[in-house]
Amino acid sequence: MLDWWLPENVSTYGQEIDWLFHLIYYITGATFILVFVTMLVFLVMYRDRPGRRARYTHGNTTLEIVWTVVPALILVILTILSVPAWSKIKMTMPETDFVVQVTAKQFNWQVTYPGPDGQFGTADDKTLLDEMHVPVNKVVRVILKSQDVIHSFFVPQFRMKQDAVPGREIRQWFEVVKPGRYEWPCAELCGFGHSGMRGWIYVHTPDEYGKWAAQNLTAEAAPAAAEPKPEGTKAETTKAEPKKEGKAKK
Amino acid sequence: MSATSATAHAHVEHGGHHELGFVRTYIFSTDHKMIARQFLFLGLFMMILGGLLALVVRWQLAWPETAVPGLGGILTETGGILEPSTYNMAFTMHATIMIFFVIMPILAGCFGNFCIPLMIGARDMAFPFLNMLSFWVTGSAGLIMLSGFFVEGGHAAAGWTSYAPLSAVPAYTGVNWGQNIWCISLFIMGVGSMMGSINYITTIINMRAPGMQLFRMPLVVWSLFITAILLLLALPVLTSGVAMLLFDRTLGTSWFRPSGGGEPLLWQHLFWYFGHPEVYILILPAMGIASEILPVFCRKPIFGYHAMAFSMIAIAFLSWIVYGHHMFVSGMSPALGMAFTVTTMVIAVPSAIKTFNWLGTLWGARIQFTVPMLNALAFVSMFVIGGLSGIFMASTPVDIYIQDTYFIVAHIHYVVFGGSIFGAFAAIYYWFPKMFGRMTNTVLGHLHFWPTFVFFNLTFFPMHIIGVGGQMRRIYNPMQYEFLQHQQPWNVFITVSALALGISQIPFVVNFFWSLFAGTRAPLNPWNATTLEWTAPSPPPHLNWGPTLPTVYRGPYEYSSPESKEDFLPQSTPPVGAAGARRH
Repeated sequence: MLDWWLPENVSTYGQEIDWLFHLIYYITGATFILVFVTMLVFLVMYRDRPGRRARYTHGNTTLEIVWTVVPALILVILTILSVPAWSKIKMTMPETDFVVQVTAKQFNWQVTYPGPDGQFGTADDKTLLDEMHVPVNKVVRVILKSQDVIHSFFVPQFRMKQDAVPGREIRQWFEVVKPGRYEWPCAELCGFGHSGMRGWIYVHTPDEYGKWAAQNLTAEAAPAAAEPKPEGTKAETTKAEPKKEGKAKK
Repeated sequence: MSATSATAHAHVEHGGHHELGFVRTYIFSTDHKMIARQFLFLGLFMMILGGLLALVVRWQLAWPETAVPGLGGILTETGGILEPSTYNMAFTMHATIMIFFVIMPILAGCFGNFCIPLMIGARDMAFPFLNMLSFWVTGSAGLIMLSGFFVEGGHAAAGWTSYAPLSAVPAYTGVNWGQNIWCISLFIMGVGSMMGSINYITTIINMRAPGMQLFRMPLVVWSLFITAILLLLALPVLTSGVAMLLFDRTLGTSWFRPSGGGEPLLWQHLFWYFGHPEVYILILPAMGIASEILPVFCRKPIFGYHAMAFSMIAIAFLSWIVYGHHMFVSGMSPALGMAFTVTTMVIAVPSAIKTFNWLGTLWGARIQFTVPMLNALAFVSMFVIGGLSGIFMASTPVDIYIQDTYFIVAHIHYVVFGGSIFGAFAAIYYWFPKMFGRMTNTVLGHLHFWPTFVFFNLTFFPMHIIGVGGQMRRIYNPMQYEFLQHQQPWNVFITVSALALGISQIPFVVNFFWSLFAGTRAPLNPWNATTLEWTAPSPPPHLNWGPTLPTVYRGPYEYSSPESKEDFLPQSTPPVGAAGARRH
């Protein structure tokens, strides 16, 4: 049964989403049981039997006020409880020195690191295809772009989703608390290769990440190899093309 | 109100009984009841197609990249195996057909046309010719939509939402004329629906029978009135949107293409500004139908008539300011997202009111489990599930995770199939005797209802589970993802249930056609109902009533009233002892 539930959460803000999810789950579950039990009881109790006439009533103001106000209050509370998590995840941007640029295209994620100079758009940028490496317990800022159509950056275990919109630069962040390898699908229909458009996010311990970065992101490192996609859903395996993004709106 | 009676009387004098030829009676008819039947046949025919497309989609999801039985002859190149592009086309057209050419024609087109004049005591629509035009324009739109299956490159494949720029640049999908035809067809459909909605609104405002005050109107008429207003205001937004999309595709404009300075999110704003009222266009008539059928088979007035009417009005107003909840993670300002959360939570309140009022109607009732009643009860219970699952999405943080997953697919199907389609079935079984003058077969009705109800739930409930597990919607093959592979048995289970759900519709088709020709003749008022349509003959003749129109003396749900010995008191029965019956 546990297997049929939310995948394991590994991000900092994921807990807040899961908490809200479970809260709503219990509230709606209780409402569901209340409504269905009432309905079933009524259906059995008030089934047509000879010699009985239905109760002639047009309503009951008190009852109607109660069942307007109670759901309204619950919904107000849910709204209020949703605000902090939303503003934390989407409306604030924690300070960080770790920034990557992700440019989606049909049907790949292009991940660009700024290189040793810390600047995007310079010669030492490094671009990987369909893989991202980040250290654990570190706020990662993602500058999300798209080269063609709308894609959606979705990492189920991070509880993170954000559409990548061509012509826009959207800033997102996440912080992972557990090292590992996490699947990174596209969640917005983006064409015939939509299914199978996915990458992997590797979350390393700081040491491992340092080693990986030294091998792959320094000026001497060989250009990161882009693995061809095994599924072969007609996705072109073009070499990563750094700084060939569309206009960057600010 | 009394002013309207003059119009009605003027009408009948011109009516006469001149015989109309075959073409004017069955094809280019201006009679609202014939137009209603035409919309019904259009919707049911398209439902078969939309349903088969759904089964094709489900086959691929359960047994990816295996030949779909029966498609070998159509997809000759692949031997019946769906390619990703064909798969995208199949789900795009499944949704497009079901929404625009099944539910809208059946609920708004058929029952709007059938119920409004008969239930408010009018002889026909205000503009009968426009009404005929509305059907034929919608029908042409349907034909144009079907033609898209035969063009080079296939039909539209960018989802029913056709997000730009995927839909705006042919090279992104490889679909050229298919998407253009999609735009053209919906444009024409929008024009047809506008003609219908103007007619409904005018008829309800101007042509009510004497005594039919607004708050004596049956709730289904209220729901259709509100739906018509939403149609009138929402469809033009879609119509302009698809025109702009077509211009982007064919004339080189750049409304939605960033390469030319356009804005992809503009499409989403236009689409959902139409799209959310559209959701209520699909569900409001079904709510009205349930509110109509429950009192009849509870033999009891609807609980909270005014609350029911006002909650529909509230839903109609709020439906304009909730659309942004489709766009929480679209790149729209997150601050705006917060505002849409508030409005979305607010719109849940009138839905809750309606649900509790339906329960209140069951309280102390004398419930007759007829086939229309079972379908209406299914509507209520499935709508509850669909409404409750909607609360998950209203909470923005939770929506981040479940947006674009099967949780959403489960939700929309609980609302649109569990809600609108069960509402449509309820309405068909309930009004069939009046519409065609014959009763439907009860045994076949049960044989249709029970398996449909069971397999509906077995099909769509597990979609919540795989959605919570993270399965994205619109993916071609879940097995391409490691984190989804353990859920594959669910996908097989869902597909098997969906196939059974499809087979469960056979008794309905048999029942429909058998009853049409061989059903027992329907009496005037087979359900002992109180509303005006049951005072007209079954089926009602041209102009519905004889020389005298019914006069209305009371509200629509006077069941088990102490004023009457029988357990129903029709709207048009004069009060005992009053001089109501004087001149009629």
